[in-house]
Amino acid sequence: MALTPGAAAIAGIGHTEFSKNSGRSELQLASEAVRAAIADAGLTPADVDGVVTMTVDVNDELALMRSVGIEEISWASRTPFGGGGSCALLQNAAAAVTSGAANAVVIYRAFNERSATRFGQPNGGGQRQGPPPGWSWYLPFGLDTPAKIYSLWYQRYMDAYGLTNEDFGRYTVVARKNAATNPNAWFYKRPITLEDHQNSRWIVEPILRLLDCCQESDGGVALVVTTAERAKDLKQPLVTLEAATQGHNRASADVMFNYYDKDLSRFSAAEYAARQLYGATGLTPADIDAAMIYENFSPVVFLQLEAFGFCGAGEAAGFIKDGHIEIGSTIPVNPHGGLLGEAYIHGVNNVIEGVRQLRGTAANQVSGASRVLAAAGHSALILGNGN
Amino acid sequence: MPRVIPPVPVRDDEFFWTGVAEHKLLARSCAACGLLQHPPTPMCPACGGLEWNAKELSGAGFVYSWIVSRHPTQPDAEPRIVAVIALDEGIRMVANLSGVDVKDVRNNMRVAVHFEDFDGVTLPQFRPAAPEGEH
Ligand SMILES: [Zn+2]
Repeated sequence: MALTPGAAAIAGIGHTEFSKNSGRSELQLASEAVRAAIADAGLTPADVDGVVTMTVDVNDELALMRSVGIEEISWASRTPFGGGGSCALLQNAAAAVTSGAANAVVIYRAFNERSATRFGQPNGGGQRQGPPPGWSWYLPFGLDTPAKIYSLWYQRYMDAYGLTNEDFGRYTVVARKNAATNPNAWFYKRPITLEDHQNSRWIVEPILRLLDCCQESDGGVALVVTTAERAKDLKQPLVTLEAATQGHNRASADVMFNYYDKDLSRFSAAEYAARQLYGATGLTPADIDAAMIYENFSPVVFLQLEAFGFCGAGEAAGFIKDGHIEIGSTIPVNPHGGLLGEAYIHGVNNVIEGVRQLRGTAANQVSGASRVLAAAGHSALILGNGN
Repeated sequence: MPRVIPPVPVRDDEFFWTGVAEHKLLARSCAACGLLQHPPTPMCPACGGLEWNAKELSGAGFVYSWIVSRHPTQPDAEPRIVAVIALDEGIRMVANLSGVDVKDVRNNMRVAVHFEDFDGVTLPQFRPAAPEGEH
C-alpha cells in the first residue's frame, strides 16, 4: 500500500541561515525554522498537532513545543538512518495527516553540525562503538570516517565502469555553479572549475577529493504537512506529496556499511525506492522536471541517477559530462547547489528546494516545473503542484 | 604501527574475536541448516534457528573493493589498506590488506588470511595469495 497520491501537501517551509558557526543552540535553530514554516503556511503554533524529526536529532519534542508555543500534539514520531531517511520524514508526516491521526504536522531538523559535533571526524568523536550497527567490524580496520566508509562502496562502482575522480568533479562543478546564484547557499558567488576540483586535496585517494564531500553546516529547516484539501485554503500555492517511500532491503545489511549487497556497482535499496515511487504514481523518469539528490559525497549522485532511471547503469558519468543535469537540460539536479553547494542540513534542505521549485519561487527556477523528485537513497519522494 | 581502535565484542560476535585471538577466522554457521552468516545475527534468517556453530573458514578469497585509509588530520606511520574481502565460502568481510604495495592492489586479486598484532589488538589481515591466476 502506498500513500494516496496528492492527498497530503506541504503547506509551509522555513529555515535559518546556513552557516559554519550559528552562535546559538540547536533548539533555537529548530525553533526559528519551525516558527518560520508555520508562519509561511499562514498558521499559528496552536494549529500544529504533530511533530516529526529524525532519530538522530537531539532536539526534544516537548522542549520544542515549549519554545515554539505548540499547545498539544497527538503525533510525535521519528524516522531512522539520518540523511538517508530525510524523505521518510515526509512519508511519516503524510501518513499522520491522511489517516486523521493529526491535522498539521511540523517536520524539523536542526543542528550545529560544523561548530559542535562534526560527523566527518574520525570515529564521530569517539561515540561509535559496539552495536548497533556493529562498529567492531569496521572501526578496528580503519574505517573511521564517513568518507572512508562510503568510498569502500564507491570504489567498486568506479572500477566496474572505469570512472576516475575527474568524473565526480563534473558533478561538483554543476552543484557549485548552481550554488553561486543561490543567496541561501554557503558557496553563493563562489563557483569552481574542474581544475579547482582536481587541485583540491585527496580525502580518500583515488576516490574522493575535498570538493567531492558535502559541507559541514549549522542550521535548521522545517516543513508543515497537512492534507491537500486543507492546504488549498492556506496561504501558499499548493504543493502536493504525490508519493513518498523508504527504501531498505536485507541485502544492504547495514545502511552505512553497505558491503554485503550482491552488486556494489548498483544502489539496490534506491532502486527499490524508485519502483515504489513510480509504481504508486504511474510516473516515469521522463515526467520528472527536477531532481533533488542527496549527496553526502558526489559519487552517490551517479548511483542515484541510475537507480531512479534517468540513465542506464554505468551511464551517469557520460550523462553528466554531456550536460543533462544542468538547469534547462534533461533533468536539472540540485538547482540550489545541494549539500555540496548550499548546505548540509541532512538532506531536508533539498526537500525545501523542491517545494520552492513547485511554487515557482526558487533562486534558480526550473521553468514550468510541475513534478520534482527528492531522493536520499534510502528514502525518496515526488512532489507535484497540480499542473 | 597504525593506531587501532579495538573491537568491542558483544554476545553475538565474541566467538569471532576469540577465534581471531587464536589466529582462526570463524563465521557463524546455522546448526540446523548450515547457513553462513556474517556479520553474525542471533537468529538464522533462513530457518529461524538459534543454535550456531563457529565454522573455521579457509581464509581464501578475493578483493571485492578497497581503499587507502589515511587519518584526516594526523600523520600516519603508514597508510592502511581497507578491503571488502569476498571469501570463497560466499560471505564478505571487511579487513586490511598487508604485505602488498598500494600500486599493486586490484579488485578481484586472490588473497589469503593471516593475523597480526597491533598494540595488543589482534586483527585478521589479508595478503596476496600464491599466484594461481586472478579470480
Ligand atoms: Zn538456519
